[in-house]
Amino acid sequence: MQWFNVILQGVLIGGLYAMFAAGLSLIFGVMRLVNIAHGDLIVLAAYVALLVTQGLGVDPLTSLLLVVPIMAAIGYALQRGLLNYTLGDDLLPPLLVTFGLSIIIQNGLLELFTADSRKLQAGAIEIQTFQVAQGIWIGVLPLIQFAVAVAVIAGLQALFYKTALGRAFRATSDDQAVAQLMGLDTRHVFAMAMALSLAIIAIAGVFLAVRTNFDPAIGPARLIFGFEAVIIGGLGNMWGTLAGGVILGVSQAIGAQIDPGWQLLAGHIVFLAILAVRPQGLFPKVSG
Amino acid sequence: MSRVEHATRSSRIGVTLIAAAFVVLALAPFWGERQTLRLLAEVFTFVALASLWNLLAGYAGLVSVGQQAFVGLGGYLLFALVILLDVHPIAAILIAGPIGALVAVPVAALIFRLRGAYFAIGTWVVAEVFRLLASQISVLGGGSGISLPAAVVIAMAPSRQLREFEIYWLALALTAIVLGAIVALLRSRHGLALTAIRDNELAAQSNGIDVTRIKFIVFVLTGFGTAMIGALIFLMKLRISPDTAFSVNDWTAFVIFITVIGGIGRIEGPIIGTIVFFVLRQALADLGSLYLLMMGAVAIVVMLWAPKGLWGLIAERFGWQALPLQRHLVLTPKTEQPGGKP
Amino acid sequence: MPDPLLEVRAIDAYYGDFQALFGVSLRVNAGEVVAVIGANGAGKSTLLKTIAGLLRPKAGDIVFDSEPIGATPAFAVVKRGIALVPEGRRLFPSLTVEENLLIGGQSRRPGPWTLDRVYDLFPVLAERRHLPAPALSGGQQQMAAIARALMSNPRLLLCDEISLGLAPIVVRDIYARLPAIVAEGLSLIVVEQDIAQALKAARQVYCLQEGRIALQGPARVLTRESISAAYFGM
Repeated sequence: MQWFNVILQGVLIGGLYAMFAAGLSLIFGVMRLVNIAHGDLIVLAAYVALLVTQGLGVDPLTSLLLVVPIMAAIGYALQRGLLNYTLGDDLLPPLLVTFGLSIIIQNGLLELFTADSRKLQAGAIEIQTFQVAQGIWIGVLPLIQFAVAVAVIAGLQALFYKTALGRAFRATSDDQAVAQLMGLDTRHVFAMAMALSLAIIAIAGVFLAVRTNFDPAIGPARLIFGFEAVIIGGLGNMWGTLAGGVILGVSQAIGAQIDPGWQLLAGHIVFLAILAVRPQGLFPKVSG
Repeated sequence: MSRVEHATRSSRIGVTLIAAAFVVLALAPFWGERQTLRLLAEVFTFVALASLWNLLAGYAGLVSVGQQAFVGLGGYLLFALVILLDVHPIAAILIAGPIGALVAVPVAALIFRLRGAYFAIGTWVVAEVFRLLASQISVLGGGSGISLPAAVVIAMAPSRQLREFEIYWLALALTAIVLGAIVALLRSRHGLALTAIRDNELAAQSNGIDVTRIKFIVFVLTGFGTAMIGALIFLMKLRISPDTAFSVNDWTAFVIFITVIGGIGRIEGPIIGTIVFFVLRQALADLGSLYLLMMGAVAIVVMLWAPKGLWGLIAERFGWQALPLQRHLVLTPKTEQPGGKP
Repeated sequence: MPDPLLEVRAIDAYYGDFQALFGVSLRVNAGEVVAVIGANGAGKSTLLKTIAGLLRPKAGDIVFDSEPIGATPAFAVVKRGIALVPEGRRLFPSLTVEENLLIGGQSRRPGPWTLDRVYDLFPVLAERRHLPAPALSGGQQQMAAIARALMSNPRLLLCDEISLGLAPIVVRDIYARLPAIVAEGLSLIVVEQDIAQALKAARQVYCLQEGRIALQGPARVLTRESISAAYFGM
């Protein structure tokens, strides 16, 4: 029974990892950009939420109403003002610029907030659990977080395949030049994609901040979890990314159960194993 | 008849200057203070690390943000060999190289399945795995790390001053060897292939160059060099821990910034970049995270407006090269044969 | 004589350092069909791309409906009323046929061309509307590409080598629809390697040779000889 609970916990945190991954994979899909600063932006969102909750005295979930638009605006400005200029055939500029951005965000947060650990308080809901069956308990907050992750991914799928904006994303990703012939300002399309990515990051950041302690240095690890979820699940498939997140979460949970020091290692080893035997991921979509 | 020549006027000047600099630096223990020697040794290690990263990313197109894996590996190999197997530190440094290369083989086999920026993150994951594994090794201090036993340090040389000279010369020698090896590689046939890959990978491939094989070789060689330098670095530090051994900031961020600012894809770039980096560091003293922040901003600006770095700007403007790496064909005049045949 | 709908005045166009067009001038009157012919590499596609705003001319101007558009980027040129059917069709592979058409209407210009009208013109597309674009045959893709361009309700349609890679019977079928398009008030520039087809469809012909206009005139007046001379530069 204990193992079942362990795996259940792993599945639920997998939802959070899938959210880390969704923003990353969205950007890669639309503009072939991998944002090395992705994890640090999640942490930035957590700090923005900290300011909002402290400044306005609201609870974390309510703060989302402000944090999401703020991060989306930051994403739009970031893409229009900086990242659009790195896009092109050369691999180096976007990689190095986003790496530089990662260092800047980490150290900027360090200067502003110090290295002290913080956490957002969500109140009683943090420890509430309910019993699903004999001996099986689920935390309310982890369950909400997983449900939100599923909703985000379903929402992204709907956006991509059923809306004009999603069409614009797919067309621009296919053929930038011809997309312009359709009247699409690709600078704007890319910026909208980044805004969307940061909106998802905002949600993920708030949930992260409620769940665990955070400080300016934890960004890179979140990037790695998101990245591992994408690779395990397979490129180009959002639901695959959810599966990837779940597998990662479960691996970590099992590892932690064996020995607390093995939590992270277990996840990395599963990732490397999948990379070794099935590099295209478990549920890849055949795409370019 | 014709032959390929590498040297140009600027490279002859460059080689002379570098040779002169080398002599001056070799004699540093006689004109420099203790602090100067320590600083110079640190500069040498960064020149070596940056040159190796430049070879990997600037020439082979393999952008790694995980080379700290090999720096830490080298450091831990040093400590393991010295503490557990009683190996002399200098021998340990030399052994760390081949072992680094050996480890690079399976690592490459795994992460070469990833492309572009995903490859970069993959290297980061590998570094993380090494770091986590290192924390599990209790005989080497586990998560808190371990210091080099005093007895070992003392056994290196009869006096502290001689020890410092020894380490300084070791740093200079290793860096010179690494740079020399890189120049030799670039002057060779493989180097020509690498330069082609640097300029246009697709064109290189369609000209029959086995791009994957060359990238693999470069990755392994870089692992060799980086592990060796890593061992040296931690001999100099006298103490190791997982966080310092596998620090992204120290061994990747600084190295990348140095190479970007100095000039990626040119061998002179890392040297110029390291000088600029250390001048800035001395000038700005200890601003801690603000310093890193500024470096990040400068690197971004350079990447966008001067993607070939400082040396790139200079070299393109004046057509210089400091080391003889270009190739130009020298035609020798044909002599007339009796009988009228050319 | 009313002003031409489109006037290209002595434009130079470059790909990086390589000059592709040298002082090219051309005009299209409202309701006219103009053909641009020339050998491979003569600069025909470059000319259309420059008019469409994908390339910016380094010298000269382009005036459309009395407005200068030389410096206007491609996404804004569409909104003014010029649509390009690119060489090689270039439908969006991730989109279905209908989605390709819908995105053609992204710029939301007012006009007669709606999804229904376009399906009327090309019924075969209606039958395949939910298929992914790559599933169509070459001729069907070409029709879809033209339909997609029509969805932006242009006043000037630029067709880049619509006969390329298609069987003659398919080419004739597609060209047979052009009069219906012109009847709606569109003007056309047709770039073609198929000279016979171009001469049949167009009123004015321009011949490009190595980036320069080598010959121009009414289609019914130009002789085979003068065209060959201009085409091949003999």
